[in-house]
Amino acid sequence: MNEHTKQQNSDLVLEVRHVNGGYRKGGLLGRGAFKQILFDVDFQVRHGEIVGLVGESGSGKSTLAKLILGLLRPESGQIVHHTPRPQIIFQDPYSSLNPAYDVEWILEEPLKVYGKYDRAERKRRVRDILARVELDERFLSCRPDELSGGQRQRVSIAAALIRRPRFLIADEPVSALDVTVQAQVLRLMRNLREELDLSYLFISHDLNVVYQICDRVLVLKGGVIVEQGEVEEVFRAPQHEYTKRLLAAAE
Amino acid sequence: MKKKNWNGFLIAGCVLTGVLVALMLLGKFWTPWSPTAMDAKAMYQPPSLTHLFGTDKFGRDIFSRVMQGGGTTLTIALATIAIGAALGTLVGAVTGYFGGIVDDALMRLNDALTAFPSILLALLIISLVGPGKYNVVLALGIVFIPSFARVMRTQFASLRDVNYIISARLMGAGQLRIMTVHMLPNTMRTLLPALTIGFNNAVLAEASMSYLGIGVTPPDASLGNMLRDAQSALGRAPWYAILTGVMIALLVFGVGLIGEGLQKRDQEVD
Repeated sequence: MNEHTKQQNSDLVLEVRHVNGGYRKGGLLGRGAFKQILFDVDFQVRHGEIVGLVGESGSGKSTLAKLILGLLRPESGQIVHHTPRPQIIFQDPYSSLNPAYDVEWILEEPLKVYGKYDRAERKRRVRDILARVELDERFLSCRPDELSGGQRQRVSIAAALIRRPRFLIADEPVSALDVTVQAQVLRLMRNLREELDLSYLFISHDLNVVYQICDRVLVLKGGVIVEQGEVEEVFRAPQHEYTKRLLAAAE
Repeated sequence: MKKKNWNGFLIAGCVLTGVLVALMLLGKFWTPWSPTAMDAKAMYQPPSLTHLFGTDKFGRDIFSRVMQGGGTTLTIALATIAIGAALGTLVGAVTGYFGGIVDDALMRLNDALTAFPSILLALLIISLVGPGKYNVVLALGIVFIPSFARVMRTQFASLRDVNYIISARLMGAGQLRIMTVHMLPNTMRTLLPALTIGFNNAVLAEASMSYLGIGVTPPDASLGNMLRDAQSALGRAPWYAILTGVMIALLVFGVGLIGEGLQKRDQEVD
């Protein structure tokens, strides 16, 4: 990327440019048959934005997340990051934390891998991030299976944020939680956006949750973005037939 | 992991194994009689207070020989599973984690090794390197690699796409670190019971090989070559074969109980 585009796009955290993506069935030699999941997906995430990505299961939401995270390569098109590597928060808080270790280890490990901080600084940062996700220090010595779903999700958020990324992908982050805990975690995510200057791509099938937290929304159907716009706008006056159906189903 | 509770299997297994292992360790330093001292006047004596397990054809104290020979068997079994488990875990980790062509190639080799009956394979290796304590360990160690590799491969492959491993990859942890620090501890609940089964198989394999005369060679005692000795005197001194056999059975039974207990404990936690 040259200076000019950088200047011009200083407002953006992510650009997805005409991306086609999917999976190849691995053949032993060479490349197997291609199953395309995403078709000409094109959107941006701007600084400070929470962009919702909605669609039924099978619409390609998780594939898109994998492409953005670099776990999968696009067949064509470009994915441009304007921030350091994004991190992810998963839906299932039970498989997102390593069961063999305690919370302190889980939070410290990303800093150890990074290798720039000494022990004292790492411990300080671990305590700092724990306070930011509103967990008491006594949880540091807990293993994941001693925590509730909501507490686990807070630890997952802390682990994703400990290296201070600017952009997070949240893949159905509250779908596995019950409603009161959902509200708490959503409020936390909104606060963290302000405090830590974050942007989110918020993947969800739950339109109520999207309405609560997102600024903008992308509607994905069969691997195609059929509608995108401000949340208020889209929810008030959906243009695409599919969006109307999704909204009707969520009533 | 939650605090894990002891259960009956685990307690019984640890007590039984503990007593036997203590006895065999003690045999390295002290035995009631010298295990090699012959006594022409005390051949084939039945068990008594003087000779707890009786004497063999040279008048040697069988209990003392069991203590010492058991120690040899124990050492061989431990060394065998150490080699088998270490190399098997290495192969399993690499194949399970990377998959693809490496996986295909190594696992086909594994299948080929597994296709031989293990004793036959050990025989083959012994015939190349010759008998003796260390060669038995080497042969059995190699024979034990495939089963560990297979078990561990499944473990590593199943962890590959788990969310916390994806997170570790995203934060830039190297592959070696992911395999050893992030994955390995989560394979323990499978590895530990596999170790107990492997240990028992190793004890039995050593006994079989020594019994066939291709394992531990005299004058070294092992439970296997004592059984071979005992066989020739089955009519005159049946206690020799019975008591030696019982020692093997108890050792295997005790470790088997521990393995069973470990599995039961993990099921309780889930």
